[in-house]
Amino acid sequence: MNGSVQQEDCYHCGLPVPASAHYLVDIEGESHPMCCRGCQAVAQAIVDSGLTDFYRYRTEKSPQAKDLVPEQLEELALYNREDLQKSFVTEQSDDSRETSLILEGIVCAACVWLNERHVRALPGVQEFAVNYSTHRARVRWDNERIRLSDILEAISAIGYHAHPFDPGRQEQIYRDERRAAMRRLAVAGLGMMQVMMLAVALYAGEHEGMDAGLKNFLRWVSMLLTVPVILYSGKSFFTSAWRDLRRHQLGMDVPVSLAIGGAFAASVWATLRGSGEIYFDSVTMFTFFLLAGRFLEMGARHRAGQAAEELVKLLPATASRLNDGNEERVPVTDLGPGDAVLIRPGESVPADGRVTEGSSSVDESLLTGESLPQLRKPGDLLVGGTVNNESPLLMQVDSVGEETVLSAIVRLLDRAQMEKPGIARLADRVAGWFVAGLLVLAAGVAWWWWQHEPAHAFAVTLSVLVVTCPCALSLATPAALTAATGALTRLGVLTTRGHALETLAHATHMIFDKTGTLTEGRLRLDSVETFTTLDRNECLRIAAALEQGSEHPIARALIAEAPESPRAEAMLASPGQGIEGVVNGDRYRIGVSAYVNELCMDDVSISGDTLSSVVLGNENGALAHFCFADHLRAGAEVTIRQLQQLGLEVELLSGDELNAVQSVASTLGIDRFQARSRPEDKLARIRELQSAGAVVAMIGDGVNDAPVLAGAQVSLAMGGGTQLAHASADMVLLSEQLPHLVDAVRTSRRTLAVIRQNLAWALVYNIVALPLAAVGWVAPWMAAIGMSTSSLVVVLNALRLRNKGNS
Amino acid sequence: MDILYLLIPISLIIMGIAIWVFLWAIRSGQFEDLEGPAHQILMDDDDPRIPRKPKLNEDKE
Repeated sequence: MNGSVQQEDCYHCGLPVPASAHYLVDIEGESHPMCCRGCQAVAQAIVDSGLTDFYRYRTEKSPQAKDLVPEQLEELALYNREDLQKSFVTEQSDDSRETSLILEGIVCAACVWLNERHVRALPGVQEFAVNYSTHRARVRWDNERIRLSDILEAISAIGYHAHPFDPGRQEQIYRDERRAAMRRLAVAGLGMMQVMMLAVALYAGEHEGMDAGLKNFLRWVSMLLTVPVILYSGKSFFTSAWRDLRRHQLGMDVPVSLAIGGAFAASVWATLRGSGEIYFDSVTMFTFFLLAGRFLEMGARHRAGQAAEELVKLLPATASRLNDGNEERVPVTDLGPGDAVLIRPGESVPADGRVTEGSSSVDESLLTGESLPQLRKPGDLLVGGTVNNESPLLMQVDSVGEETVLSAIVRLLDRAQMEKPGIARLADRVAGWFVAGLLVLAAGVAWWWWQHEPAHAFAVTLSVLVVTCPCALSLATPAALTAATGALTRLGVLTTRGHALETLAHATHMIFDKTGTLTEGRLRLDSVETFTTLDRNECLRIAAALEQGSEHPIARALIAEAPESPRAEAMLASPGQGIEGVVNGDRYRIGVSAYVNELCMDDVSISGDTLSSVVLGNENGALAHFCFADHLRAGAEVTIRQLQQLGLEVELLSGDELNAVQSVASTLGIDRFQARSRPEDKLARIRELQSAGAVVAMIGDGVNDAPVLAGAQVSLAMGGGTQLAHASADMVLLSEQLPHLVDAVRTSRRTLAVIRQNLAWALVYNIVALPLAAVGWVAPWMAAIGMSTSSLVVVLNALRLRNKGNS
Repeated sequence: MDILYLLIPISLIIMGIAIWVFLWAIRSGQFEDLEGPAHQILMDDDDPRIPRKPKLNEDKE
């Protein structure tokens, strides 16, 4: 194992070790190769803290470790700020504090072991427990002895990333909700089993004959057992039915409470009188089935919510503020008008303002949808939220917070969300009719029996209410939605809001954003035109050599094409123009044609010289012309075609230039498109469609898409999109695979079909059972069997969605 | 069948105990992580914390 180090895989992360790498770590006496400095540092940290057993226990290779850069460490230190900690830390007496962390990079149970052992060994950490199912950790520490950032840093040192999240917001609510649901389920389940046992004895007694005293005893015990099930487990149905009634609605809980309450009251009456039918078995079973259905639905909802939470980082955006030449990293909220801020290449602009020094290209695609970076010189406006690409910029802040362009978009988003047109849920609509019909019928039956046989009127009316017990009806929707949501989550399509699947099935129009949604959102080399004997590859190598230290998207695209380039010397960059440098003794320039012309004193005019192309030239003249384009995502064409085949109208709304939008639309076969749309324009287009009766599904990724995402009846955000887009969307395409959209639409339609089948089945069952009950032919045991079979049919039908989702 | 008058109340008491145990398990967080503990039990926590001699780990790999 010690000999041929070169061909091996990294001992830590399993990636191949590059031939040039010499990173070795002694683990238990043997020297193991590592692929990079990050992995080496992590492995060394694990060895140093005596936790090498990790390598023995683990069942998966760890993810490749990345070194934290000093800026990231400075950002971690922000978590120590008292004002920030208030939102996610609970303070206990004697200076100990507690918070919850999201742990990234956990792949197997050994990771949990490693993290727990490593962090617990830190002085000052009082408790650290990792939940393997949710990848969350709870940590309690003594703030006098250790800072939160030290704990986060220690976790980074062994190759994981942790960031706090606000447990009060969701985690606590989820846990309480889950525990309450489990308690209710436990009481209902155990109660149901006991009552059922007694019910079997009573049914057998009907046939074989039973001592009257014993029979009465069993009935009383059944009642005793049902009371906690009704009062404790079934309480939630009654409270939400009451809430519905007060809002003058007939929801699903109204017939449920009516059935449970009615059957229970009738049975209590019969028990007290000592004659008549009892329905305690049906009541408890009904309660248990419904609670179980809702418990599973809640589980699916929580899992989706937790996955969505991982997309949200609590850390406020930070900026480098300059105070008399000293640089200081502060949260964006601390910035005020007039502050001088340094923006490095790759950082985002913290607020609206003006450039005071330097010039660079700025990527505004997330805010405007424009796919090409824009040049910003001293005096030019900078919009908060855009990304600096090329060289450092010094800016002066003009406006912060509420007055920025970004907050204007957020306000538009809030308004769009409030005005969102809803689609009533199918089950609720059916429930309304069902309850109304049921009440009329029950009244009719009661009236008829009152006229003819007043002695039986009460018993028969109640048996009508019990037999029509809407168990299957109310399980129909949650069972189908739970199964479908689970299947889609496995595909990487996260459903964050309950109505999304049903609404998606109704969608008539599907509207796409261009940059970052249909396209990858970054430039790639499209074509090369050469003018001399120098061939394409040679030109590319020289170009890549010149672009080596640049963050500009064009530079990155060139470097990606020619990974092994010669070294360039005497580099000179003119932002917005190009770069000059010496490669292999010759002086070259790359950039806009005018800039290259200056070098060769020639006048090469190149056709189609746009922002998305550069010219390479030396002192003798132009050598090559490179064109770039934002490429379509894999599967975009198939997705659009299949969506159109599914009967959806596909439209394209983009903030980009007309010709870019036009070419994408024609490649994909989209007839309707709109270029240069601001968020307001996009929203207006959607409102126009909606007022014509369309159900609009929107797919986007940027900040500029957020208001439209919120305004559309159902919306999907790309997993790599902005947080604002995630927050305003109903579903998130975590996989970033466009074809999964088609799967989502198909699944949603199948879900709707299954819900309809389930509702139809439940109604048919009720229509058959009702007349039998109305004439007084249904014995309680028939009601119990009928009810459980119909519920079972509904659940099994819903489970079909789960299986099909896999294929 | 008179024995039922005794057996059924006993079953009620047992059921009460079962519910109490269940509620206790929920309260003490035993349903929070259904996967982790199954793995945890397999990992030794009583190893000496100082780096061990290589001799002790011949069995590894």
